[in-house]
Amino acid sequence: MIRFENLHKAFGDKQVLAGLTLEVQDGETMVVIGYSGTGKSVALKHIVGLLDPDAGDVLVDGRAVSTLDRDALNALRREIGYVLQFAALFDSLTVAENVALGLRRRGLDDDEIAERVTEALALVDLTGAGERYAAELSGGMRKRVGIARAIALRPRYILYDEPTTGLDPVTSAVIDRLMVRTREHLGVTGVVVTHDMRSAYTVGDRIAMLYEGRIRQVGTVAEVQETDDPVVRQFIEGRPT
Amino acid sequence: MIDRIGRRTVGLIQAVGRWGQFMADMVRALPDVTTWGRLALVQMRRVGVDSLPVALFIAAFTGVVLALQASYTFTGTVPLYFVGTLVGKTMMLELGPVLAGLALAGRVGASMAAELGTMKVTEQVDALETLAYDPQSFLVVPRVLAGTVMFPIVVALAVFVGIMTGWMTSLWLLNLSTPEFVKGLRQFYQFKDTWFGLFKSATFGFTITTVGCVVGLSTRGGAEGVGRSTTRAVVYSAVAILVLDAFWAAVLLR
Repeated sequence: MIRFENLHKAFGDKQVLAGLTLEVQDGETMVVIGYSGTGKSVALKHIVGLLDPDAGDVLVDGRAVSTLDRDALNALRREIGYVLQFAALFDSLTVAENVALGLRRRGLDDDEIAERVTEALALVDLTGAGERYAAELSGGMRKRVGIARAIALRPRYILYDEPTTGLDPVTSAVIDRLMVRTREHLGVTGVVVTHDMRSAYTVGDRIAMLYEGRIRQVGTVAEVQETDDPVVRQFIEGRPT
Repeated sequence: MIDRIGRRTVGLIQAVGRWGQFMADMVRALPDVTTWGRLALVQMRRVGVDSLPVALFIAAFTGVVLALQASYTFTGTVPLYFVGTLVGKTMMLELGPVLAGLALAGRVGASMAAELGTMKVTEQVDALETLAYDPQSFLVVPRVLAGTVMFPIVVALAVFVGIMTGWMTSLWLLNLSTPEFVKGLRQFYQFKDTWFGLFKSATFGFTITTVGCVVGLSTRGGAEGVGRSTTRAVVYSAVAILVLDAFWAAVLLR
């Protein structure tokens, strides 16, 4: 279980998170929606200790992330797959090498690494693309490789940072399907940060809206779709003020 | 005015603190040989072998110019075999390490700052961390180690080439015989000339690569930030080389 407990984070004078509290249950996919710049990605980075909170903390299976030493933090990171916003692939490596990178860190032997890479690439429909360089891929393919890199680790948790941003509707739907398939195949707990409502409805078990540094509303997809909260309604309907 | 001085002082103290933290993190990453071992070999080729053409090109022409200038200065006042002395001493003690260092600050330091800066702004460094890699082990240690080990080798070859071109110039343009040139070369030679130049080169290699890594990994702000970091890495490295050069001369040659 992932639990944000009264998380505060500011950058300079800008208070980004101001008491974020949210619980993500084992096995569910929680979608965090919100306006650009409201701190969705910032919240996600706290889960893997890429950022330290000013106050509050994130608890993963009861472990307060900000208090972990380097070894414990790396142990935690081995349980989490993280799909970064623009996939963050290493351009000088091939697709297969990108996917294998995290597996090498885990000390697996070459045969097992090759097997897991093949399996992960098949899961994201990129069989045969292993020898291509990351720099040669389209945006959608890069995101799929990013997902393959995360799922090859067979993590307990997967974090997706804006997985469909910048993609055309068809490719976005492919990515959404992949996220659903990943959850079904691996049974992982997921946190998806997005402002793409179609994606949120497709992949989410529950949706939480982050607004002014706190959770404005959290509920099932149906509950959010039927909400009376004017801020949430305006966001999900995409209405200008 | 006082406010500005205060802010600058605080900024300077913070920069020193960040530098100290960076060095401590680098030392902490040293035992992680399984991560940096293979990568260090790749970097050694990039920092060392790939830098050879530019370093040797500079050294070759420096040797020619040194021989001609020495002859111009010495003619009529000092025996011409001192051309060998001046070429050898100057290449080993000063121009070999410093010119190669400045050239490689541009080539190696800039490329490291740009590469790491790009990785930083495209979240590749974050990706490494989420895969449980320590960026110090994966990115910094191989580069700094490669710089520290390979710079003295590059400089040694550059010094050799500089002396060779100085000798050829003496032979073909100054009518100096090989025994005369060699006599001058050996006249005031001490083993310290060799190790001083190579030791200095190792410190230049360490400095250039460390600056490239520190500046690269602190990049912010997209392509413009990468550009700024690249320029900054070259300027800081060049200044650091000149300051270190004076420092080692004051400490080791007095």
